Amino acid sequence: MFESLSDKIEGAIKNVTGQGRINELNIAATMREIRRALLDADVNYQVARDFTDQVKEKATGDEVLNSVTPGQQLVKIVHDELTELLGGEHVGINEPDYPPTVILVAGLQGSGKTTFCAKLARHFRRQGRAPLLAAADVYRPAAVNQLQKLASEIDVPVYARMENGEPLQDAVRVAKEAVEEARTKARDVVIIDTAGRMHVDERMMQEVTDIRDTVEPHEILFVVDSMTGQDAVNTAKEFNEQLNFDGVVLTKLDGDTRGGAALSIRSVVNKPIKFASTGETLDALTEFYPERMSQRILGMGDIVTFVEKAQEEFDEKKAEKLRQKMQSDDFNFEDFYQQLQRIKKMGSMKDLLGMIPGIGKKVRNLDVDDDAFKHIEAMILSMTIEERLNPSVIDGSRRRRIAKGSGARVRDVNQLLKQFKEMKKMMKSMSKLMGKGRKMDIQQMLNNMDVGKMGGSAKPPF
Amino acid sequence: MGFFDRFKPRTNEPSPEEKEKLEEGLEKTRTSFFGKLDRMVRGKDEVDDLVLDQLEEVLVTSDVGVKTTLDIIDRVEARVARDQFVSTKELNQLIREEITHLMLDEVPEMPADFEADLPHTPHVVMVVGVNGVGKTTSIGKIAYRYKQAGRSVLLGAGDTFRAAAIEQLEIWANRADVDLIKQSHGSDPAAVAFDTLAAAKSREAEVVLIDTAGRLHTRRGLMDELSKVKRVMSKQIPDAPHEVLLVLDASTGQNAIRQAEVFTEAVDVTGLVLTKLDGTAKGGIVIGVSNEFKVPVKYIGVGEGIDDLQIFDRRAFVEALFGDQF
Repeated sequence: MFESLSDKIEGAIKNVTGQGRINELNIAATMREIRRALLDADVNYQVARDFTDQVKEKATGDEVLNSVTPGQQLVKIVHDELTELLGGEHVGINEPDYPPTVILVAGLQGSGKTTFCAKLARHFRRQGRAPLLAAADVYRPAAVNQLQKLASEIDVPVYARMENGEPLQDAVRVAKEAVEEARTKARDVVIIDTAGRMHVDERMMQEVTDIRDTVEPHEILFVVDSMTGQDAVNTAKEFNEQLNFDGVVLTKLDGDTRGGAALSIRSVVNKPIKFASTGETLDALTEFYPERMSQRILGMGDIVTFVEKAQEEFDEKKAEKLRQKMQSDDFNFEDFYQQLQRIKKMGSMKDLLGMIPGIGKKVRNLDVDDDAFKHIEAMILSMTIEERLNPSVIDGSRRRRIAKGSGARVRDVNQLLKQFKEMKKMMKSMSKLMGKGRKMDIQQMLNNMDVGKMGGSAKPPF
Repeated sequence: MGFFDRFKPRTNEPSPEEKEKLEEGLEKTRTSFFGKLDRMVRGKDEVDDLVLDQLEEVLVTSDVGVKTTLDIIDRVEARVARDQFVSTKELNQLIREEITHLMLDEVPEMPADFEADLPHTPHVVMVVGVNGVGKTTSIGKIAYRYKQAGRSVLLGAGDTFRAAAIEQLEIWANRADVDLIKQSHGSDPAAVAFDTLAAAKSREAEVVLIDTAGRLHTRRGLMDELSKVKRVMSKQIPDAPHEVLLVLDASTGQNAIRQAEVFTEAVDVTGLVLTKLDGTAKGGIVIGVSNEFKVPVKYIGVGEGIDDLQIFDRRAFVEALFGDQF
C-alpha cells in the first residue's frame, strides 16, 4: 500500500515539532511533502501548488502553531480544505419545469460513458421515472449493442437508428429523434450516450457541440475515469470550453486510485462532481460526497489519526501494558474506566468518533454529548470490583442493581455490556495490528471492526 | 471514422507517415514539456535550485510520477555537483540521457515485430487490463498487423462479461479478416481460451490473441479468474500464453504502476501496450512504468483506425519526444 498522506504530514510535522516550533522555514518542507503526496494521488501540479499555498497560510496561523498537536491540526486543515475545494454539498441533476429532462453524456474513450448511462437510467427508473436511452455512439464497434444489452437488463427502452445492420452515421440526428421520441412516448428523461472522443479531435468535438445545440440538454455530464493523471485538467478544460458542461461523473472509483483528478477538475473548471460510479453492476452508482473523496485523496481512514491521538495520550509503558491486556483477553471494566479518563483528555467525543471511517458522516448531524461518558462511568462505578474485573458474572439481577445504582435503565446496562464485548473483540484485532508496528492494514482492521454496525447505533460505541 | 480508408501494405520499417503520426501524437507533449524546459533554462548557464524545481514540475506534469522524477532529479543534481557547471545545452543532453537510460537500460530488448520468426507456433498472446483502456481495439489492430505480415491469426473472445464485447471483437475480426472463436455472453472465459487454443492447433494458426474482460486490479476474485484463464491455456499448449500484454491507457496517472504490479502478480505480464497516445501531453507514464516496473512497452496506440498501432521503439520514442529541441 501507499504511504498515506496523513502519515506523511504527521511525519513531516514531527520533524518540525522536534525543532521547538513551526516557522516559515520548516513549514516549507512540510508543504513540499504534502505537495508530493498530492501529486502521488494524481492531483494536478498547479492545483497541488495552489492548494499547499492555501494550507500554508492557514497553518502558520496561531491555531496550529500553538496547538498541542500541530500534526493533527495540520492534517485536519488539509482535510477540511480538500473537502471545501471538492465542493460542500451534493448537487443534483438540472431538471426543467416540463419534461422530458434531456441529459447529454460526453467524455474520452473508455471513461465509462455507456455503463454510466445505463446506471443513470436505472437511478431514474428507481425513482419511478420513465427514462429513454439514446444510442448516439455510432462509431465504436458494437457500442449500440452494448447500450441495448445494458438497457434490457433494467428494462429501459433505447432509441437507435440502424441501416443495413450498421448504426446510422449521424449522431446529431439520433439524439434529436430520441428527444422527439421521448415526447411522443411520454418518457420524462432522455439520456444521450455519445461516442468517446479526444478533446483534440476537432471534428468529433464539433459533433458533440452540434448535438448540444440541436437538443439543448438541461444537463451535460462530463464522464472522467478517476484513474486519470495530470492530463485530466487539459481534457476537462477543453471539454468545458467546448461544451460548458454542468457536472462531472467520476468512474471506476472502486479501484485503489486516489482520484486526485477529481480535485484537479473541480478546481480548474469549477463544476460540481455529481455522481461517482463504483463498479460494473448497474446499481453501483452513488451521489458524490466531497468528504469521502478528500479522505480518499489523503489516503486514510481517519482512523490513522484516531490511533495516533490515542498513542499520544498513552505513554509507551502504559500502552504496552494495555496491549498485553488486550491481547490476553483480560481487558476489563477497571481498565476501561481508566482508559475513559484518558480518552476524555484526548478531545471531544464527536471529533474522535468522526475520525473513524464510516462513522464520521453519521455523527456529523448527530448531537453527541460530550458528557456521554458520564452515564457509562456511572454504570461502571455502580459495579462491584468483582463485576468490573470479570464482567461475565453480571447476571440479570446484578444488571438491575447496576441500573438502579447509576440511574440508568436496564437496557442501557445491557447495551453497555454488549458493546463492551464487541469493543474487546475490536481491540484485540487492533492490538494485534499495532503490535506489528506502525504499518497497519486499515482495510483489515475495518473488516474486523465491522464499522457499519457500530455506526448504526445512535449512541457512542462504548 | 475512416476505418477503411487506411488499408495499405505494411513494411517492417515504420513508414514516414507512421513516424509523422507518432510525432504528431507527441507534438503536444513536446511543446509543453520541452517548451517549458527551454523557457526555464534559456539564458541560464548553470543549474540552480529553481531550475531543478522547474524540472520537477515539467516531469511531474507529464505523469512521470514523483518517485521517478525525484530519481531523475537526483541524478541530474549529482551530475551538476560533480561537474560544477552545466549549461543549457548540457542540461538538455543530460536529461535526455537520463530518461533514455531509464527506458532503455533497465528493460531487455524484446522485439514485437510482426514479421519476426515466432519461437512457438501457435504464438499465444493474452491481453489483459482494467476497464476501458482499449484491449479489444488493440487486439483488432494487432491482429490486422499480423495478418498484413502474412500470418494466420485466430482471436479468442474471452471477454464474456461486458455487454457486446464479443460483438465488438467480431467487428474487428471482420475488419482484420481473421477468424474468431467465441461462446455466448456470460460463458466461462477459461473455456473460451481453451477452445480457442484447441482450434488454433487444429487450424494450424500461427498467432492467437486472447481477449479478456476488463477488470480493476483491486478485484481479487476477478484477478484469480484471470490467473485461471492463463493456467487453462497451458493445458492445451504447455508454455502458452507466450506473451501476456497489459494494456495501459496513456492518460492514466500513477495508478498505472499499481495496475502493472498487480496484473504481473496474477498473470506475469511480459509486455505493455500503451493506448490513446494521440491525446494531449503525456507519455511520461511510460517512463514511470518502465522505471518502477521492469516490463517493456511493446506497442503504442495512436488513434482509432485499424492501422493506428505501432511497435514501440524506445529510441524513436525518445527521439520523437525530444524532437528538434536538442
